[in-house]
Amino acid sequence: MHFDAFDRYHEKESFIHHLDPRVKVVITIVFIVSNALLPDGAWLAFLLAWLFLLAANALSKLGLAYTFKRSLIALPFALIAITVLFSIPGKALFTFQIFTWNFTVTDMGFLRFVSILIRSWLSVQIALLLVATTRFPDLIHALEHLRVPAILTTIIAFLYRYLFVLTDEVFRLLRARESRSAATTGKRSGGGVLWRANVAGHMAGQLFLRSYERSDRIYNAMLSRGYTGHLYTLNAHEMKPRDYFVTAFAIAVIFIIQIIGRF
Amino acid sequence: MPISHSTPSFVAPREAREGDALCLQVRDLHFSYPDGHSALHGVSLQLCDGDKVALVGPNGAGKSTLMLHLNGILGGRGEVEISGQRITRDNLPAIRAMVGLVFQNPDDQLFSPTVFEDVAFGPLHMGLPEAEVRTRVDAALEAVRMSSYKDRLSHHLSVGEKKRIAIATVLSMNPSILVLDEPSAGLDPRARRTLINLLRELPITMLVSTHDMKLVEELFPRTIVMDEGRVVADGLTSEILENENLLTAHGLEKP
Repeated sequence: MHFDAFDRYHEKESFIHHLDPRVKVVITIVFIVSNALLPDGAWLAFLLAWLFLLAANALSKLGLAYTFKRSLIALPFALIAITVLFSIPGKALFTFQIFTWNFTVTDMGFLRFVSILIRSWLSVQIALLLVATTRFPDLIHALEHLRVPAILTTIIAFLYRYLFVLTDEVFRLLRARESRSAATTGKRSGGGVLWRANVAGHMAGQLFLRSYERSDRIYNAMLSRGYTGHLYTLNAHEMKPRDYFVTAFAIAVIFIIQIIGRF
Repeated sequence: MPISHSTPSFVAPREAREGDALCLQVRDLHFSYPDGHSALHGVSLQLCDGDKVALVGPNGAGKSTLMLHLNGILGGRGEVEISGQRITRDNLPAIRAMVGLVFQNPDDQLFSPTVFEDVAFGPLHMGLPEAEVRTRVDAALEAVRMSSYKDRLSHHLSVGEKKRIAIATVLSMNPSILVLDEPSAGLDPRARRTLINLLRELPITMLVSTHDMKLVEELFPRTIVMDEGRVVADGLTSEILENENLLTAHGLEKP
């Protein structure tokens, strides 16, 4: 039983796939920060950033629309920014009423709202591209190289390893419940809402207990192999001249986008 | 993939004699869990270099608890000596390198994202230099015939593959004794066969807890029977498997 729904890595032989993971992590972060720093309504800069993203998509051989298709799931989160429509002072575009409250959409608010949507949409896409072209363990190595504290990278590594085991566990529990959720002919299956909630609560508790006991066994397995509180890993990655060149080039492009966005 | 094997070469079981290299010695070991459940009541046993010994007994007999004592994860009352060294706080790291303990559930044993990192975990924590770690990982994976799995993700493997990798994770520490907890549980016949052949070929002292009596008969010249926290029989596998009264009394079956 494998549940790999979380693994977004797509095996391909491409320029982007072969880049050192550190390069990809750094460029991704710089790109996201750059998007956040672009002023509202810097349309040309947004367009250039989007072209940058398209180029990366093309180089990854995943298809131009690859990240676009997957980015839509993240859009609802950007709607949190909807309040800026009403809260920025400016020329009133239109007003509507909900109960006794009047909402006035301003032009400045609208401009900021659209800019935020575009920024988050671009940022989500580059992150999607990062996880699609980099194996997760390589990502963790990249973070280690970039001096992210070991405690964080270790937690992420364990999370990644046991997410799948836990999901399997959840599905086994659900299946076990399903196979015993029988019904007598003519009668409705299952008890009342409270009873069902009770069952769900017990399942959550079970899952916690099992994970807790598993963590004990894992810790024993680590002790058995010499763990004394410090994690050591070997990193096989080595920066090639190409990696340095790509990093410099990408950061230069992002820098130019920033300049264009500001003037 | 069918693998042909030469006929097994059994080491004749023997009693410990003066001058024999004692690999493992347990004397009068008692242990109770913190909740008061008493798991071991005076267990004594010894293994010599090269012994391959089966540890059988019903669930709850104390087999796993005993195994957790062999590398100092648990510390009960009594003596445990590995190659003549008593387990103390100071020599724990050395003891753990000598006793390769493989847990029953490979998902507990394999905790790193990739196979390579898991097999490298032991040698790295022994403080070995990088080149040596890589050599050992390659050798360990070669020994379990999983060399091509080095860069695979652990959660993508089948149970049989995980079990073999789990063994490789301790082989890479070059242990002088291998302690396995139910290695054949949950394996399909082919994976089980591969595992049996692997265990037979590994030239290393072994203590294997199992319910698989066929495996015991096939692989281990000597068998130790445990029940209710005690060793109730210790001797030639052939003799123990003939003693039906003994087997029935301790919830076991003749294969």
